[in-house]
Formats: sequence, C-alpha cells, structure tokens
Amino acid sequence: MDPLDGKPADPSRRSFVTAASCAAGAMILTACGPRRLHEFPKERLREALADMEKRYRAEYGGDVEVLDTPAIPGVLFAYALDISRCIGCRRCVHACVKENNESRDPQVQWIRVLSMKNERGVDFSEADPYYAPAEVPEPGHFYVPTACQQCENPPCTKVCPAGATWKEKDGIVVVDYDWCIGCRYCMAACPYGARHFNWAAPTIPKDELNRHLHVLGNRPRPAGVVEKCTFCIQRTREGRYPACVEICPVGARKFGNLLDPDSEIRYVIEHKRVLVLKEELNTAPKFFYFYGT
Amino acid sequence: MKLPWLAALLTVTLAGAAGEVSAPIPAGGKDEALEVPPPPFSEGIFPCSSCHAGMEVNRTRRMLEDFHTEIELKHDEEHRWCLDCHDATDRDRLHLASGEPVSFEQSYLLCGQCHGEKLRDWRAGIHGRRSGNWNGHKRYLLCAHCHNPHQPRFRPLAPKPAPEPPRRPAR
Repeated sequence: MDPLDGKPADPSRRSFVTAASCAAGAMILTACGPRRLHEFPKERLREALADMEKRYRAEYGGDVEVLDTPAIPGVLFAYALDISRCIGCRRCVHACVKENNESRDPQVQWIRVLSMKNERGVDFSEADPYYAPAEVPEPGHFYVPTACQQCENPPCTKVCPAGATWKEKDGIVVVDYDWCIGCRYCMAACPYGARHFNWAAPTIPKDELNRHLHVLGNRPRPAGVVEKCTFCIQRTREGRYPACVEICPVGARKFGNLLDPDSEIRYVIEHKRVLVLKEELNTAPKFFYFYGT
Repeated sequence: MKLPWLAALLTVTLAGAAGEVSAPIPAGGKDEALEVPPPPFSEGIFPCSSCHAGMEVNRTRRMLEDFHTEIELKHDEEHRWCLDCHDATDRDRLHLASGEPVSFEQSYLLCGQCHGEKLRDWRAGIHGRRSGNWNGHKRYLLCAHCHNPHQPRFRPLAPKPAPEPPRRPAR
C-alpha cells in the first residue's frame, strides 16, 4: 500500500499478473523455437540441410552438398606435428583456407605459422607470424604452426552462454554457426588464439568454393559468428586425412585415431619426444608437437 | 664431382603429383595395403639399358665428362660414386651393399641401409608424407620423391604469403 494515499502501489495486481503470464508464455514459446543442430530430430535436420543447400546454390551457383556425417564410434582424433621438419612454407595455411571456405576478405586463416628463434625455444612472446623471406627455412629459426588444439578439456566451450559450441564424441570441438550469438567469449577463453570471428560477411570466390560441406565444418559462415579448425570434419569423418596433412611438402603433419594402438599418432606418442602447448593450463590438447629427428 | 650414368633419379617433386600408383610395399609388420607412386625419373632417362645395353662396363671410379654431367653428387661424395648404388650388370636396377639387386620402386631399401631409423619411421608413416585415408588405404612417397638421391638435402622453398596484420579502424 502506498503510505501516502492508500492506493495499491505499482505494479498493481492486474499488471503483475499480465506481466507474469506473458513471461511464462514467452518461456514456453522459446522451447518451441529452433533448437541447436545437434538436438534436431533427424528428419528435421535433413530439412534444415536441404534449406542450406538451396541457399548456398542460390548464392554460389552450381551444386553443393551439406552433410552431417556423424562421429565414427571408437574414434578419438588427434594430430601430431613434427617441429623438427616444418620449414614454415605456409602451404598448410592456404590449403586450409581453400578446403574450409575461409573468408578471403576480411582474411580468416585457421592455421597460423609462428616463426621462432632457435636460441629462444618455444617462446610465444617473440614469435613472428608475419615473416616473409624469399626462402624458408630461415637460418636460426624454427616454425610452430598453430591451430585449434582440440582440447579434451576445452575452456572455450565452457564459457559459451548460448551452448553454441561443444566437443563432439570424436573429440572435435565444433561451432553451430546458426546458434552462435557472436559474443566472442570463447575467443577470450581460448589460450591458443585458435578461434576467429567473422567481422563481416565472408567473401569466397565462387569458383574456389569447396562444395563438399559439413554442417559443423566448412559450410560458408554468416557474418558475426565464430569459426575454428575442425580437423577437416568433412574429410576425416569419411576416413580421409585433413587437407593440411596431405599438402605438407615435408610430411611434418600426422593424423589419426588416438584409440587405435597401431595408428600413426600412437606411434609418435610412444616413440618420439612429444610436447603440447601450454600444458600447465590443463586443457589437455589433442594436438601434439614432436621432434621426429 | 660429376658423375656418370646414374642420372636415373632426378627432379625433386615437391608439389606431390603422385600420379598413378604401383608397387605395394612389402614387409613392415602390418600388411595394410601401402602403395607408392612410380619413381621420379627425369623424362626419357629410363630404362637405362636403352643406352647402356651395348656399352662396355668401366668400373674405375672417375669423374664423368661426356654424359650425365648435370648430376652433381652431394651425398657423401668422398666415399661414393655411381656404381655403389647403381648396378653395373643389370643397368635398370640398383643394388644393396650386399650386392643384392633392388628395383627403383624399392629404392627405400637401399636408402635404409644407412638411414635405418628413417626407414623405420617411414614404414610407420612418421617420416615423409602420406595421403589417402587415416583409417585405410594410404599412399606413400618414395624417398626419392622428396630427396634427390644425388643431393638429398631438402631444398628451401618460397613461402606462401604472410597473413595480413590486423587492420585498425581510422579514428
């Protein structure tokens, strides 16, 4: 009661009940709206993919396919990179851009090759990603290519307020581009700088579009969402090597199933000197660096 | 040091261009189907016997002055010359230190005599590039696809363009 004139204070009972029932209605309605792609029932997902294909055909011309190839049971993907062999030629960077339909302008590149000085060792404070000599390797330098480390304990997925990014069963950390709200918390949380934001609508030349698309991977992204390396989900879930593995002229990149004792990746871990980046953060990366020599 | 008729293997093919596939690799533990592309001969050089068939064999270690002069040996050249790897009786093959002949498709056995740990890693898929499927059919490259046997050091490459530095909006 208003102490001054004895009338009921705002909100009146009527306006309170109206507001409360609106809120309740809105809550129920949000549950009816679109859900994240990984929660979609199968037939609804197929429809959504067909819609995407239609949209991409209209935009880029020609045929495209958007797949939702699921994780292979019993597979946990891991990657190994031989720092003693990498010569910093950046062929992987550009193969990745093509394979994964990364924006040319503004430029988005999932792989970043850091040039480091021999005498400093792995030291991020002095690493240079913009090196451009006539020929590589430069004397006195070694190279550490970085991309998403596909952490077993990923900090990025934990901070997402929308639940738009998560770790799949085969260990790949993915982003639902339709659910991402672009807040970039995940970019702040990632200790490896592996996530990239589309500040503007990406440009991909029509004739360079990779038309073999995965819904959680290389399909063209809208503006305002975050993207990242997916271990070439559209290839690796079909059993193929990632594009960067196949392009590397020195064969420094290795890929395979961590759960298969006969895989290349297990051979590396069991026979070579292996390190992970920023081990002290307990992110448990599935991206290993090793010395092959 | 210029060397004679061992010009067989030449250019280092970096970009890959694996071509069609032959010669499954035997041995190595698992009998996964592993395949290598044909050896990277320079054009028109193979079979060696097409020239050498009628020639007399000269086993004296020497500099070659008439033919194969483009080959510069930088591979322990003080201790080695053509006939240490190339076979003098069967011109189209190589031979191991034991004298056992090996084909060019199996030249990795020859390399592995000295570089045994590299051969072991290569068989496991750790040394060198593989393509194909991580869970099935894989394709290897021969040592000679990346390392010119006469000058095996990996040659420097021109790097692809550097990333653009972040653009700062004008204020």
